[in-house]
Amino acid sequence: MSDAAEPSRAVEAVWRIESARLIAGLARMTGDVGLAEDLAQDALVAALEKWPESGVPDNPGAWLMATAKNRAIDLARRGRRFEDRREQLAREAGMRMAMDAAEHEATAAGLGDDLLGLVFTCCHPLLSTEARVALTLRLLGGLGTEEIARAFLVSESTVAQRIVRAKRTLKEAHAPFETPQGAELDERLPSVLEVIYLIFNEGYAATAGESWMRLDLCEEALRLGRVLAGLTPKQPEVHGLVALMEIQASRARARIGPDGEPVLLLDQDRARWDPLLVRRGLAALERAEKLGRGAFGPYTVQAAIAACHARARSAEETEWVRIAALYDALAQLTPSPVVELNRAVAVGMAFGPEAGLELADALAAGGELDGYHLLHSVRADLLAKLGRSEEARSEFERAAAMTENARERELLLGRAVALGSAEDG
Amino acid sequence: MRFMMLMYPGIDTSAEEWEPSAEDVGAMSRYNEELNKAGVLLSLDGLRAPVDGARVRFSGGTPAVTDGPFAEAKEVVGGYWLIQASSKEEAVEWATRCPANEGDFIEVRRVFEMEDFPEDVQEAAQLSERPPEQT
Repeated sequence: MSDAAEPSRAVEAVWRIESARLIAGLARMTGDVGLAEDLAQDALVAALEKWPESGVPDNPGAWLMATAKNRAIDLARRGRRFEDRREQLAREAGMRMAMDAAEHEATAAGLGDDLLGLVFTCCHPLLSTEARVALTLRLLGGLGTEEIARAFLVSESTVAQRIVRAKRTLKEAHAPFETPQGAELDERLPSVLEVIYLIFNEGYAATAGESWMRLDLCEEALRLGRVLAGLTPKQPEVHGLVALMEIQASRARARIGPDGEPVLLLDQDRARWDPLLVRRGLAALERAEKLGRGAFGPYTVQAAIAACHARARSAEETEWVRIAALYDALAQLTPSPVVELNRAVAVGMAFGPEAGLELADALAAGGELDGYHLLHSVRADLLAKLGRSEEARSEFERAAAMTENARERELLLGRAVALGSAEDG
Repeated sequence: MRFMMLMYPGIDTSAEEWEPSAEDVGAMSRYNEELNKAGVLLSLDGLRAPVDGARVRFSGGTPAVTDGPFAEAKEVVGGYWLIQASSKEEAVEWATRCPANEGDFIEVRRVFEMEDFPEDVQEAAQLSERPPEQT
């Protein structure tokens, strides 16, 4: 079919597209994601052997599934002689497969259920966040261990271990492979959303001067979010998360300066924001708001804040009063000092630096953000606006001493120097 | 990475034939839905017949306008999909799944990222871009 010089890359491409559905279907039949992945991998190996000669079959997904099932049945047969635990499982699986109604996998609804089951299994509450992230990228994203390791700047063996342990934990706990329904779904959805947003942020926070893999990670998180939105279309927060990621991703190009330095939101060249992603983000936000009927979750509120910036044609046209109100709502949904700090910035922009400083000072007094450089840079900025240059300068210097990012330190020290020279000159 | 899949229908460029059948539209909708469910579809459009369009040719200093249909043209774009994919092979694999008709072809092209350009080109691009219109 393809005359590509590297047929294995064509197989890899099919794997990227098909692996999640394949593993999901096998996991439903076997009740064990670990075994399901092994069977799927076996099918992949078979494809790597056969397809370069025979070409990619017309329905590669069905081919892989049939091959994996044969492999399971094969294992089950051998299991009569080798009473190994894994093979026992495989035998049971093979029997279940034989009984498995063929029409289930033929229906799109069945496939969707399987996939959703896999999503919830990868993000099972029994697993640590790190394990959830690794398992999600591996089983839902079709990423290899080395790709995940590169993305998270950890060793390949660390990732491999996390995945092995996660699978074992699920197996030992007899965690059923199923899609939670009703109230349980509502309860477990946040942990899925958290994992997807974590993956996104891992890519987004590190884009400055980093390799392409990090932006790929943002794209993969976005893709997973969109898939989830397709699987649970009535959940407002899923659309809220997608909206938030699309709008944040729209700024990826603008948030890094020519020398790799970070560019703050209000200083960004808005012409470099990606209008396609902005549009998609605003559309997703609209869906979230419609479904939420006034009761918005934290992702939807954050998306609404991001949308305020996206809609403003210039930094001066930003609707700060609305943003301050949204941060107020967010502080009530997910109270945290970092949210409070953002609220202080928004209030400062909306109602004047004095009002903002009042909030920032209260935060500083609370002591929860001790050692957090942004608290000091926010205070410094507000103080500078109030003409309290001396205090502002020392706050900028404190912030500079706290940050671990060299680029940011330069920026903060630059502002401190600018204040000093204004007074001296 | 982003890829554009440009569809070149293998049909005569006359208007009557251009309208797809209900059956074709149904198959194409299912395909689009598949792209959407996989989270890779960013945007798509189908184009009206060349008879409704025009070509503006630049040669000899003055732009020359020719109204469609373009008698001399053998290949005209009928529509496009903009997708996200992790490799060219993945984009090509998606293209092969299109329920296209005999004689159609799809050209798969990777979209330029700003980072692909040298610095001076990037600077020039900044001057020409304007903030997106939002409502």
